Amino acid sequence: MPHIPLPDHLPGITGLLEYSKETAHPIRLLTQFLLRGENSLSEGERELIATIVSHNNECKFCTAAHTAAADILLGENETCEMVKQDIDTAPVSEKMKALLKIARLVQVSGKAVTPETVTYARNAGATDLEIHDTVLIAALFCLYNRYVDGTATVAPTDPQFYLGLGQRLKDHGYNRLPNGYDHLKKQNQPS
Amino acid sequence: MAHITLPDESLPGIVGLFNFRPETAAPLQLLAETLLRSSSSLTSGERELIAAYVSHLNNCHFCHTSHAAAAMAHLECDLALVDDIKNDFRQIEVSPKLRALLRIAAKVQQSGKEVRDEDVANARAEQATDQEIHDTVLIAAAFCMFNRYVDGLGTWAPQENEAYREMGQRMAHTGYVRFPVLQD
Repeated sequence: MPHIPLPDHLPGITGLLEYSKETAHPIRLLTQFLLRGENSLSEGERELIATIVSHNNECKFCTAAHTAAADILLGENETCEMVKQDIDTAPVSEKMKALLKIARLVQVSGKAVTPETVTYARNAGATDLEIHDTVLIAALFCLYNRYVDGTATVAPTDPQFYLGLGQRLKDHGYNRLPNGYDHLKKQNQPS
Repeated sequence: MAHITLPDESLPGIVGLFNFRPETAAPLQLLAETLLRSSSSLTSGERELIAAYVSHLNNCHFCHTSHAAAAMAHLECDLALVDDIKNDFRQIEVSPKLRALLRIAAKVQQSGKEVRDEDVANARAEQATDQEIHDTVLIAAAFCMFNRYVDGLGTWAPQENEAYREMGQRMAHTGYVRFPVLQD
C-alpha cells in the first residue's frame, strides 16, 4: 500500500503526478523535452537510457513502463532486454553502448562518471549534447525511481497494463492528457 | 574542467550547465522553485536543509554548500553553521518532525525501497502530513537527480563555504527561475 493516499486507478508514477500537479508540471516539461523533444538520439534510444537506469535502481514500475515504450518505439522487444542483461551484446551502435554505460554509472553516482568513459563515448561519435542529455536523462530517472518506490506506489503485475501505458507514452508523450485521467476509473487499462 | 565544453567555464556547478542547455534549465529551475520556495507547511529553510542534507549524502559539494547557504539565509543563521548539516544537526534547531523527515530523506538517497512503513509512521507520529511526507520524498529524489547531473558532467565547485554566501542569499530571496519556461 502506498505511504500516502493515491488514486486507486492510477498506479506507479501516474498517481503521484495527479496527487501533486504543481510539482508534476516541471517534471513533465523536463521529461517531454528530454525524451520526446528534437534530438539526435532517437526516442527509442532515449527510452533505453530510461530503462537501464530504472532496471539498475530495481524500480519495477518504471522498468516495465519504459521497456514497453522502448519496445514499441523500436518495433521489437529483444534489444531492450539485451541492454538490461549485457550492454555489449545488444544490437545498438557503439556510440549508444558508450552512452548506456555512462547512464549506468550515473545511476551509481555522478562521481562514478570518469573522463575516460566520456572520452570513450566521444571517440564512438557522441556529441557534447548527447553526453549531456544522457547524463540528465539518467539523473532524471534516479528521481523518478526514488519517487515511485519511496512513496511505495503500486506496480501492477499484469503485463497488459504496461503495454497500454507504453502505447500511451508513444502516442501522447509525457504531457498530462488534456482531459485528465478520470476515464481510467472505468477500466484497468491506460489508453 | 567539465566533461563537456561549456560556453562559460567560469560558471560553477549547475549554473554552467543551465547556460549550456537553456531548454532543460527552464523546467529544472521551475522544479527547484516549486519544491523549495512555493507555499508549503514546511518552511523554505526546512526544505533547503533537506536538499543540503541529501546533497551531502551524495557527496555533491556544489549542491550541498549552495543549498546549505540558502538554508542559512532563510533561517537567519551564521554561515559557520553550514558544517553542522554534515554533523547530524547538533547546533541548528531541528524540530522532531523535521528530524523524522530527514531520516526519510536519507533513506530515499540510498533507494526508494529503503523507505519503510515505520519511517513514515515515525514522521506521522511527529505530526508530519501526507503532503509533507510526499514533498520530503520528492525533494530528496530531486536532489538525487540534481547531484548526479552536476557531478556526472564533472562541473567545478568553489571549495570554501564563504564563496557560497551570496549565492545562498540569492537562492533564498530571489529564487531559482531565471529563464522563461516553455509551456507544453
